[in-house]
Amino acid sequence: MSRFRAAALALAAVFVPFAAGAAEQVNVYTYRETKLVQPLFDAFTKDTGIAVNVISASSGLEQRIKAEGADSPADVLLTVDIGRIDDAVAAGISQPINSAVIDEIVPAQFRDPNGQWAGISMRARVIYASKDRVKQEAITYEELADPKWKGKICIRSGQHIYNNALFAAYIAKHGEAKAEEWLRGLKANLAQKPSGGDRETARDVAAGKCDLGIGNTYYWALMLNDPDKKAWADATRVVLPTFEGGGTHVNLSGVVLAKHAPNKANAVKLIEWLVGEKAQQIYADANYEYPIRAGVPLNPIIAGYGKLKPDPLPIAKIAANRKAASTLVDKVGFDN
Amino acid sequence: MRTAPGASDTELVVLFLALLTALLVAAPVISLMLIALQPAPEVWSHLIAYVLPRAVSDTALLIAGVGTLTLLIGTSTAWLVSSHDFPGRTALIWLLPLPLSVPTYLSAYVYVDLFEPLGLVHRTLSLMMPAAQAVHWLPPMRSLPGAMLLLAAVLYPYVYLSARAVFQAQGTDAIEAARTLGAGRFTILHRVVLPMARPALAVGVALAALETLNDIGASEYLGVRTLTVSVFNTWLNRGSLAGAAQLSLVLLGFAALLIVIERFGRRSASVELSAESPRLRSRTRLHGLKGGLATAACLLPPLFGFVLPAAYLLGESLRRSLSIGIDPALWRDALHTVTLAALATLIALGLGLIVVLAARWREARTTRAAMAVAQLGYTLPGLVLALGLLTPVLVIDGTIANIFRSFGYSSPGLILMSTGGAVVAAYVIRFLAVPTGLLKAGFDRIPRDYDDSARAAGAGRLTTLWKIDLPLLRPALVGAAILVFVDCLKELPATLLLRPLNVETLSTSIYQYASRGSFEDGALAALIIVAASIPPVIWLTRFSDLPE
Repeated sequence: MSRFRAAALALAAVFVPFAAGAAEQVNVYTYRETKLVQPLFDAFTKDTGIAVNVISASSGLEQRIKAEGADSPADVLLTVDIGRIDDAVAAGISQPINSAVIDEIVPAQFRDPNGQWAGISMRARVIYASKDRVKQEAITYEELADPKWKGKICIRSGQHIYNNALFAAYIAKHGEAKAEEWLRGLKANLAQKPSGGDRETARDVAAGKCDLGIGNTYYWALMLNDPDKKAWADATRVVLPTFEGGGTHVNLSGVVLAKHAPNKANAVKLIEWLVGEKAQQIYADANYEYPIRAGVPLNPIIAGYGKLKPDPLPIAKIAANRKAASTLVDKVGFDN
Repeated sequence: MRTAPGASDTELVVLFLALLTALLVAAPVISLMLIALQPAPEVWSHLIAYVLPRAVSDTALLIAGVGTLTLLIGTSTAWLVSSHDFPGRTALIWLLPLPLSVPTYLSAYVYVDLFEPLGLVHRTLSLMMPAAQAVHWLPPMRSLPGAMLLLAAVLYPYVYLSARAVFQAQGTDAIEAARTLGAGRFTILHRVVLPMARPALAVGVALAALETLNDIGASEYLGVRTLTVSVFNTWLNRGSLAGAAQLSLVLLGFAALLIVIERFGRRSASVELSAESPRLRSRTRLHGLKGGLATAACLLPPLFGFVLPAAYLLGESLRRSLSIGIDPALWRDALHTVTLAALATLIALGLGLIVVLAARWREARTTRAAMAVAQLGYTLPGLVLALGLLTPVLVIDGTIANIFRSFGYSSPGLILMSTGGAVVAAYVIRFLAVPTGLLKAGFDRIPRDYDDSARAAGAGRLTTLWKIDLPLLRPALVGAAILVFVDCLKELPATLLLRPLNVETLSTSIYQYASRGSFEDGALAALIIVAASIPPVIWLTRFSDLPE
């Protein structure tokens, strides 16, 4: 009997969490790792009494929501990149958020003109430069293709969503032909085949395999706060590059309100709460991102990079050029 | 044909269930084919021009490299321990298969961390030379050769285990005959032993190659653009599910090719496994330098494949547990993992038994086809399987919801999706090949006379199965259960996409740490997976072992 009960309990532990939440709740599908977003959701539950159920994955959530159709439990899709937001809207799984709060707080550049998505926080795609070997203070993205950096740059796969968005921004700024030329130049400057992640990139710069690495802002901050990896951050400095005549390329963590959201009111509440002052401060301090809301103080580490001037290109333009960017990466054999 | 005239109801029910099982396994493949039917022409012109040549050649090179390495390592170590005696042999027999307990993605994370600049090896090297110079001495782990070595280091036991089983069991007569004709040890190995072992070696290499083809985590991280990685990019960056599905079918073709090669290798030589009472050959004793070399040759593979990664994980786990403590979520994740894996194991065993029984009771093209289809899932990479499974699972869920609605009740939501049923289905489909294969092998060893006598004495099919076959099948059942369970523990891509809200497993939690760039924080979860996989590997060793 007791063995039977143990088995029943184990089953319940798997199946009940979802079924039991008959009270106020909201279901979030996210590309963010649960451990990163959990502090936010805990605070939201504390403030509102609404429980947050989460599933996180690395790919396929739009496909899943689409396949789930009208019965989908998904209320909110939380992404780490504009590409995924774009996929979600293209898959027809979104609906307008219709929130005066969002329209007021999130700058127009960082939300959909039709209200299908909104940005929650920003991360910049920057340069990890060797403290010893790179003296130059300001660097433009265009300059990364300059032969003076031959054999000196490290980067992860060109097909990775973060690089894809950067290249898409380049296409939006300069057109495909110029972008191809630039990408060939950048490839010629690589010290090694693209691989690993942004953290390995910083590590390679710190160890002297290359002088410049391309990575996101928050990885560097995470390294600085990890005693094991502090040395990697210490050997490098973050340079905020800009496009010629423009600003620094930023990407968004964003939200989409699911088309068939069963808890729509709570979902909108959550989205509005996420751009509130408290949530934005948690975002900044726990995830080392740039808040989307004006007036929220930056985390001191992030502030130490210098003043960020986000490129004025509307994020939607970047999304529109994703496929072209992916095509270019293959065409120039960037990852080979 | 052995079918009794006028098949019994039991036989018909089992046949029906077997065909249903085959349909279950075929469902994701069929759904992929349907998705692939949508045109994606602009994707293909691009893929053919820029992606496929490289992806196919990298995949072929990787498989060839891993295949050759596992063949060399597996065969030579198996030959050394089965026909020679040297210092440490007993311990090595126990140690050699253990790398099987390390998932490929874990091995990749560990080795990159160890061998990359500023890693432990680099820091050690720089004690002897300037740090900048030491960088150039490091083998580049993130490369095609690196990936070959890394994968071969954890996959060679597939070859080792099957080779050892054959080397131990093969008749001594041929070998003694060769010896009396004056053949030396290597001539015997080359001309007699290896040709007889070829089928078993083919099975081992094919398994290693399939694992290589299925891997996505390690290849992508190490910068190798395999077909599996390309499927992924086509889908995500080019937004073409149809293109990705078409590419998946190419991948499936690759896997099918591997299986054909394996079948061919198996058929071209027939081996009489005298499993009843093999006459064991006496082992040659190796002394001095030769003995030392043999010990080293058998020690290096498990050292790189198991000891180093396990020690790394143990060290990191201890360091973190002592300084930060253990994340309480870990126990809940472990419980989820075990529950899902146990359910899948039970179902896979039951379905495997049904398919094998159907084929044993009724030898016909349908039952053979059902058996072949049941083993198809193993060739599907987890992510591809998950993609293909989404539609059929949700069709079932939608139907259930509609039935509820048509009776005027409110929709129960998506039952399979929200209860973990989809994850269990994915595990069952992916790993059904294991119980099917092992139970088939187990049944083949049970003489049909047993069945026939029982039936002649008036026992029904089920009574015969319960009283005679199942007790005799116990080792195969236990073995299959353990293997499926462990494979489920390790599975990552399908679990990530199909699991319900608020459910993490050990592998998804490791993945989350890794994608945050702090894989070491997931070391304890990784260690649990590796530790849980050790007893099954030991069982496997025993299973393939003969009393000495």
